[in-house]
Amino acid sequence: MLQVLTGTLAQWVIPAFLGLALIYAFIKRVDVFDTFVSGAQEGFATSVKLIPFLVGMLVAIGILRASGALDLFISFLTPVLALFNIPGEVVPLAIMRPLSGSAALGITAEILQSKGPDSLLGRMASTMQGSTDTTFFVLTVYFGAVGIRRTRHALAVGLIADMAGFLAAITVCNFIFR
Amino acid sequence: MVNLIWFLMMFAGLVVAALTGRVEAVTAAVFSSAEKAVSIAFSLVSVMTFWLGMMKLIEESGLINWFVRVLRPLVNFLFPRVPRDHPAMHAILMNMSANLLGMGNAATPFGLKAMQELQKLNHNSSTASDEMCTFLAVNTSSLTLVPTTVIALRAATGSLNPTEIVGTTIVATLCAVTVAIITDRILRRLSKI
Repeated sequence: MLQVLTGTLAQWVIPAFLGLALIYAFIKRVDVFDTFVSGAQEGFATSVKLIPFLVGMLVAIGILRASGALDLFISFLTPVLALFNIPGEVVPLAIMRPLSGSAALGITAEILQSKGPDSLLGRMASTMQGSTDTTFFVLTVYFGAVGIRRTRHALAVGLIADMAGFLAAITVCNFIFR
Repeated sequence: MVNLIWFLMMFAGLVVAALTGRVEAVTAAVFSSAEKAVSIAFSLVSVMTFWLGMMKLIEESGLINWFVRVLRPLVNFLFPRVPRDHPAMHAILMNMSANLLGMGNAATPFGLKAMQELQKLNHNSSTASDEMCTFLAVNTSSLTLVPTTVIALRAATGSLNPTEIVGTTIVATLCAVTVAIITDRILRRLSKI
């Protein structure tokens, strides 16, 4: 029952949001299409400005993965993290999640397929995937778009928060689902 | 900082590739990654254009004030120095609402808009302001109530209960966001310009 309800809610979020925005603007006698177009105008320039930042960051991550450097890093880290009761299967996900959204989603999908979405590992991976964002992507894109070069403590904060999110995900899943 | 990290990522990759004999794979990865970056930017064009248009509509009609009312205590606490009715505040509110509702592709356009407005308050400096760092701290820990992508993926892989991870995700994301806000406040003083 709850499942059906949340499923339907998730489907309805965007259409309901659009409907509300449109009806409200119409009632307030805003020229809906003209206003939409004037706002939408900025979309192209902003996106295109991001290209150099995205190319730089994605190439670096691509080299790290293709060279095997990332796997090496993961294999060093796995035994250390095992000391803290962190299962080896989710370590690659924890490392990849801040770097690349699509790669992390791929790892999560692989864990869900091989271990089953309703296994403890499957639930852990799902929770980890959903609880933090792709820190490097967000920083690159957000700072890149406005030409910030000195990012101060932003990266440190993002990575510390990611770590906190992962530890929380593993602890909560161990507590609730075991 | 970013310069050093970028250098280390590239350098470590190239050294490992040389040692393991995967130089060809690296060359291939360079160009496929560059291509992926451009296609991401272009796929952003469509969502940016659409959501920035909707945002303008929400601002002009005054619907934005509803969001302001609901989230005001939170944003006043997080961004005490951003003027209440500044466009930066509107974009921050829209970004947070989109994140909370799990509308991932709307959050990025609103977030970029917020950064542009914060940059105006920052007098177009090339150094990040305190507000930008706080905004990114909240964004990188992805405060969400509905992790839509994961729910879809769980359903696709045959879960009997795709939404059962919503509770654990909210707890984990709240932990991440709390740690992000606290470390941001602490490190802010150490990295003062």
